[in-house]
Amino acid sequence: MNELLDILMSAGLWSSTFRIATPLIFGTLGALLCERAGVLNLGIEGIMTFGAMIGWLTVFHTGDLWLGVAAAAGSGAMFGLLHGLMTVTLGLSQHVTGLGITLFASSLSYYVFRLALPVQGTPPTVEPFANWVVPVLSDLPGIGPALFNQTPLTYLAIACALVLAYVLARTPLGLAIRITGENPHAADAQGLNPLAIRICAIIAGSALMAVGGSFLTLAAFNSFFPTMVQGRGWVCIALVVFSTWRPMRALLGAVLFALFDAWQLRLQTAFGKALPYQLFLMLPYVLSIVALVVMARRARVPQALMKPYRRGER
Amino acid sequence: MRLERRVHRPALLTLGAPLLALAFALAVAGGLIALSGAPVIEAYKRIAIGAFGSRLAITETLTRATPLILTGLAAAVAFRARVWNIGAEGQFYIGALAVAALGNVLPFSAGLLLGGALAGAVLLVVPVLLRLRFGVDEVVTTLLLNFIVLLFVSLAIEGFLRDPLAFGWPQSVPVPSEARLGKLIEKTRLHWGLVIAVGVALAVFAVNRFTVFGLQSQAAGANADAARFAGVPISRTLIGVACLSGGLAGLAGAIEVLGVKGHVSTALSPGFGYTGIVVAMLANLSAIGVIFAALFVAAMFVGADGMSRALEVPSFIADVTTSLALLAMLVALFFTNYRVAR
Repeated sequence: MNELLDILMSAGLWSSTFRIATPLIFGTLGALLCERAGVLNLGIEGIMTFGAMIGWLTVFHTGDLWLGVAAAAGSGAMFGLLHGLMTVTLGLSQHVTGLGITLFASSLSYYVFRLALPVQGTPPTVEPFANWVVPVLSDLPGIGPALFNQTPLTYLAIACALVLAYVLARTPLGLAIRITGENPHAADAQGLNPLAIRICAIIAGSALMAVGGSFLTLAAFNSFFPTMVQGRGWVCIALVVFSTWRPMRALLGAVLFALFDAWQLRLQTAFGKALPYQLFLMLPYVLSIVALVVMARRARVPQALMKPYRRGER
Repeated sequence: MRLERRVHRPALLTLGAPLLALAFALAVAGGLIALSGAPVIEAYKRIAIGAFGSRLAITETLTRATPLILTGLAAAVAFRARVWNIGAEGQFYIGALAVAALGNVLPFSAGLLLGGALAGAVLLVVPVLLRLRFGVDEVVTTLLLNFIVLLFVSLAIEGFLRDPLAFGWPQSVPVPSEARLGKLIEKTRLHWGLVIAVGVALAVFAVNRFTVFGLQSQAAGANADAARFAGVPISRTLIGVACLSGGLAGLAGAIEVLGVKGHVSTALSPGFGYTGIVVAMLANLSAIGVIFAALFVAAMFVGADGMSRALEVPSFIADVTTSLALLAMLVALFFTNYRVAR
């Protein structure tokens, strides 16, 4: 028992918690933004994969890390536009379209990656983001060294959560997004254009997802390999439900999930001999399902989620 | 621009739109092949030869189509009732694992196939019950279960089902040879599973068309409120759909073990479960259509394998083409029901 607590208190654990949480924060915020406007975006897994690939490839060729992040965001926006045209303009099934985009985006990333880099013995690497040590704050006892000694993308993720929370709750734009997700007919009656709002929300949300993917290749690791997203996108979709569609709770959920993931990694090294390692790897997925079951009753789902809107049709 | 529902559906459009969608996907794939510097026409020719060019090629394509017919059916029956079963990959593996685990207890094919189907059914009934009881969206739970099951398979084949004679390769104990499915054609990999798969497709077609359950599941999908009002027992119907859909995916895994591999490893399925979704959508959820869609997808994969070796085009082109075909098909089917009004 003491061993478990010791692990929980170590600074290394909290440091890796924020690292593991970063792509989940981006992905969860992106999915949350889409869902607040009334659209379930199951393209997330593929969009994150493509963001990871294109971000890495850009940095590999130019050496400019921020250009890589921008390329990822741009590619995410393009897939978001495709998703929006199909699910909003045409009103097609959001489930099937999203899965189709996931399959398309991930297979396209593998294809483009192989095209750009034929198979080699050891995968080439890039110089990833270095940690930015925030001067005074990183000396704070406890959380300081863990939270304020991270790559800039982690700070960006937390900033995105703050901005999105403010925009959704306190600005006319956020109100417009929320009305569209609750009742697009009412939005239309207010002179808003629900179709345009939804498409823009999907584009912005998908860009966030792709940036989350690029964190994997530009900060967490330094190379791209197929299936590296490993279901993180699906975990984000579960985290949105866990967060009851609120950005700050999404941040909290992602950090909690990451804490658990970091903890199970350490348990694995501590108890790996006694128990098969697969059991530990399963835990985060099992936890997501348990969280869904616990939260589902309390969730206040955006009322028009997954309901396409066509003017003049009920 | 406004979209309005068509009053009449022109027959030409109903037939032509899916073909147009396939043509679009193949054309874009052609562009991607050109990007790699390979000659496009030559590449298409090699895909066709690789899939249908010889007796061996044809049997390989049919072998590949066998599990796809079943996972395609699994997705089709579920989606028709709006049960979003994205977990066919996990159900496939649990079915396969059940066969490996039961192999020495029930050393005959029929029992093992049934065992695999049952395992798959149970794996889908749980998320559907969670949806009915707690309102948990089954999309996420079935997706997450895929990862859990694959880890469990890995645990099993490195642990209690490990084959000690496999020179350290993580794979399960082999199923007894008397339980394995016979070959349809000697000296090829084509096995009786194909006949089973096609037979099951016909059976699913009959269930959909001629039984009360088929009608009820369609009604539950088309409009659950109206169906409930008309006296359809929604919960019971959806649980039935879950048993059928999960069972089909589990059966696919069982057949793949008994027909092709003889043992379970984590390389048993190159995404048969996920590709089943593509197959079902290309077939517009029709059970008979699934057979042809599975053939098309299998041909793409088998053909692209040969083509990519010869022309050095990444073999992922098959995944790109089939997923693009899925997206194009969605749009094409939409325009058979809607038109642009000025």
